[in-house]
Amino acid sequence: MARIKVPIGPQHPALKEPESFNLVLEGERIIDAEVKLGYNHRGIEKACESRNITQCIYLIERICGICSHSHSTTFVQAVEEIAGVEPPPRALYIRTIIAELERIHSHLLWLGVAGHEVGFDTLFMYSWRDRETVMDLLALITGNRINYGMNKVGGVRRDIDSEQARLILESIDLLTERTEYYIKVAVNESTLKVRLAGVGKLPRETALSLGAVGPTVRASGIPRDIRKDDPYAAYDQVDFNVITNEYADVFGRTLVRIYELLESYQIIRALIQNLPDGPIAVKAPRKIPAGEAVSRYEAPRGENIHYVRTNGSEFPERVKVRAPTLANLASIREMLKGGFLADFPIVIAAIDPCFSCADRMIRLSGDGKDALWDWERLRNYSIDWYKLRGIDFSNR
Amino acid sequence: MLEKIVKWARVKSPWILHFNTGACNACDIEIVATLTPKFDLERFGAQLKGTPRHADIILCSGPVTRQIKDRLKRIYEQTPEPKYIVAVGSCACSGGVFDGCYSVMGGIDTTIPVDAYIPGCPVRPEAIIDGMVKLLERIEREEEADAVAEAAVEGGVGNE
Repeated sequence: MARIKVPIGPQHPALKEPESFNLVLEGERIIDAEVKLGYNHRGIEKACESRNITQCIYLIERICGICSHSHSTTFVQAVEEIAGVEPPPRALYIRTIIAELERIHSHLLWLGVAGHEVGFDTLFMYSWRDRETVMDLLALITGNRINYGMNKVGGVRRDIDSEQARLILESIDLLTERTEYYIKVAVNESTLKVRLAGVGKLPRETALSLGAVGPTVRASGIPRDIRKDDPYAAYDQVDFNVITNEYADVFGRTLVRIYELLESYQIIRALIQNLPDGPIAVKAPRKIPAGEAVSRYEAPRGENIHYVRTNGSEFPERVKVRAPTLANLASIREMLKGGFLADFPIVIAAIDPCFSCADRMIRLSGDGKDALWDWERLRNYSIDWYKLRGIDFSNR
Repeated sequence: MLEKIVKWARVKSPWILHFNTGACNACDIEIVATLTPKFDLERFGAQLKGTPRHADIILCSGPVTRQIKDRLKRIYEQTPEPKYIVAVGSCACSGGVFDGCYSVMGGIDTTIPVDAYIPGCPVRPEAIIDGMVKLLERIEREEEADAVAEAAVEGGVGNE
């Protein structure tokens, strides 16, 4: 059978973000897939170098609108480690509560999107309606629905009072009831199961060798969770389970996310009940001493890594972000191979891609052309470019 | 008569294309949240469409990145007239926090003409509804003005 190449994206109904895929098809089957990154690349890492630490938190929060708290917490943790600042326990608890609320909103959002991609729009509308409960909570605590602005070096900006704590517990009860309904829908409803089972297979060994993270790897039976493996914030104070299963397909990933919701409710209940008294922040120095640190965080999509190097001034010298979607992109190819073209949207959606986190520049090399240009070469190039057009800049 | 029906259809069922030109996802999920039960933009007849060829209104979110620029122009050209572009979010209006980044061109209006700006970082769903309603009111007024002008021209021809 003849092979055909189908380009998908960057603007496509199945993709919420601009991203381009080249699929090689044989009939309906996908033989090979290729991901083209970069439509969302804005250059945040470079922009951080010209902003001070406080401005950086604001900018880094805007790497991704869905897991904004995860990026700002990871960055702040790294800076705190360099500066030797120890945030008070209440601040760590509040950070963790916001992190879990964010996980709930992200997983409910994903459940809706997955329902939409398989043509189950009722689930989409239901879960997005319930998600508004969490959004209201986040707006109540932080003052903003998305991009909460809660973190600062040395603690958090806003406190949780007893009235807010009561409202959080009430909403969590409501959400628990709704989530149990979704479990009924996902596990007992045959349509969803038949549609998702066996789609986007990622065996245990492949997931390990490709370095998948988050719910994608946990659905392949590997209990990898930074909250347990390398506890940060207040996660060592609470008891919870790492959800895994052996399905290794889209159905397994759905189950992991739904059951993780229940664990998140449990974590929030425990944290609110044991919320310690005390200040919510300590004073941090404006200039961070020279040093470097790596910080890890279990974002809703998987492990998020930030590397920060400082040089004693107000500005960071280097910030490097490894978002979870980038780690999962390599496994997309394996998941798509051998599948049907019609399964493409749900397989992509199953890693919960966030391309605004993952997009980056690629340095091309190997074809004889030197892709990395230094300042002198760029300058000479521009002088030649203008000379051809009749303007001589060479002596300026 | 036919023009009246066209005008009625245009104002009462604006179909939307949502295009992310390099946003951080925040405005995008707020756009989707606006379409879901709590805020329900669909009560104004708006429906999310997958292709620019079906769309009347393009909701653009995010600053225009270097790589998406040509694609944004192409999508603008593929959309049939009359088309309206809405810049959703501070980044889409002016570049926002990303203004000055090496890979960012600036707001949507650096690449294609914009009809309505909805500021906010990220925009609240209420703001999106407000912006859409204002745009629809403007479309209605413009259509009426066009109809009056056409009637005047036809009347002038008849008198000669």
